[in-house]
Amino acid sequence: MIAITESMTNEFLFSLIAGVFIGGAAGYLGSLMLTKRMALVGDALGHVALPGMGLALLLGLDTSFGAFFFLLLGIFLIWLFEMRTSLPTEALVGVVFVASLAAGFLIVPEPELLEALFGDISDVSLGMALASVLFSALIFFIIKRVYSGLILASISGDLAKSEGINVQRQNFIYLFLIAALVALGVKIVGTLLVGALVIIPAATARNLSTNLREYVFWSIAFGIISCFLGALLYIYTGLPAGPMIILVSTFFFLISLVLKK
Amino acid sequence: MADKTILKVEDITVEFNGAAVLKNLSFEVKEGEVLTILGPNGAGKTVLLKALLGVIPFKGKVIWQEGVKIGYVPQRLPFIKDIPMSVGEFLKLKKVSSHEIKEILQSINLEKNILKKTAGDLSSGQFQRILVGWALLSAPQVLLFDEPTTGIDIGGQETIYDFLEKLQKERNLTILLVTHDLSVVYEMASHCLCLNKKMLSYSLPKELDSSRLSRLYGGEVKFHHHDSHHRKHD
Repeated sequence: MIAITESMTNEFLFSLIAGVFIGGAAGYLGSLMLTKRMALVGDALGHVALPGMGLALLLGLDTSFGAFFFLLLGIFLIWLFEMRTSLPTEALVGVVFVASLAAGFLIVPEPELLEALFGDISDVSLGMALASVLFSALIFFIIKRVYSGLILASISGDLAKSEGINVQRQNFIYLFLIAALVALGVKIVGTLLVGALVIIPAATARNLSTNLREYVFWSIAFGIISCFLGALLYIYTGLPAGPMIILVSTFFFLISLVLKK
Repeated sequence: MADKTILKVEDITVEFNGAAVLKNLSFEVKEGEVLTILGPNGAGKTVLLKALLGVIPFKGKVIWQEGVKIGYVPQRLPFIKDIPMSVGEFLKLKKVSSHEIKEILQSINLEKNILKKTAGDLSSGQFQRILVGWALLSAPQVLLFDEPTTGIDIGGQETIYDFLEKLQKERNLTILLVTHDLSVVYEMASHCLCLNKKMLSYSLPKELDSSRLSRLYGGEVKFHHHDSHHRKHD
């Protein structure tokens, strides 16, 4: 009896830790995606992750691993299509993401489908928590390195280039970061909600900030707080964590609308 | 010093999707000159500046004097309104010290408290000054200036051109200026490049007469008194 409680406490602790780190990194990256007017890219890529998660489940691999692999494939496909047609990127993203959703729905085994769509943090192991911390921290530091260059490029690509910034390389790193973060995020909130995990904290922060320092701070803070409170709510109510996290995040967004600067 | 060449452009052509936006352009700029680039909308003026900066691909040769530093003042930055960012944070993107930023503020005649203001909230005149400040932060010898907005209040009675003239003297700048404002051409320019996809003329400002201008802007336009601050807008 006691042993069960202890192991459950540990699991809760692990899921809280994983959630907090992933949430913080998601908020930080989201602040960049919002300024680059790519708010829905996270959403679209979340869907691209689904068939990858399905294959990983079938093969007995970690779902984030499968998701990441498919995300890279999806980004590559979008890039390839972009070279072959003059359709706007968002149309191509649209094609790739619904196709992935359809394929993913067929591939993911039915018992795990709900978990893949909405996330599940009930069985976070120590290893998974450590991996989440490690990868979130890594993503965080890479974002920090490329942040000012990407901000300048989103203000003006020409200005960035005239400062000697390799805009294409930065964008590549940026897409890679999104793929990595989405792959981590799908574990927590699932493929359907991962876009919201990234964007809502930044949108909330945008409402409350007049400068970049505040904006970055609040994006990360709301990312962390939402995941923390969402996970706590899951622990106390037993309601699924993914939707709880997004609802907490949305709640803060609504408050920010009232306090808007 | 005055006749040392700082920029030599040899036969450059810029194409977008197979269509020539600039064709076979050649000219030279000497140190300390003010070259104005005049032409109707879509003539390739901004494209020319971007090619000189090396941020777009082109055919031909652009040869800058060795080690020369170039400051670029873009036309405007509409997307900055999407980002909550103070003026100080914007200037810091240039990777310079706070000390350098304070020095530049004196040059562009703005108070320190502007650094805390949100960049997207500035008036277009103030923001233009900040953009000039941005360009000056690398201590350039050359300033590429894309179409300063005319007739806006940049603070006090000073026009953007008085301001540029002062900067040019203070810092011994070579300036390449895209403009629609003929009075600037007559008052400030050492040379004028008339551009409409290809080069129509390269001349002294006083040689710009109404026949040349109507060739540049199309037959309808007549400038009988080109010394009377006549402004051309499209």
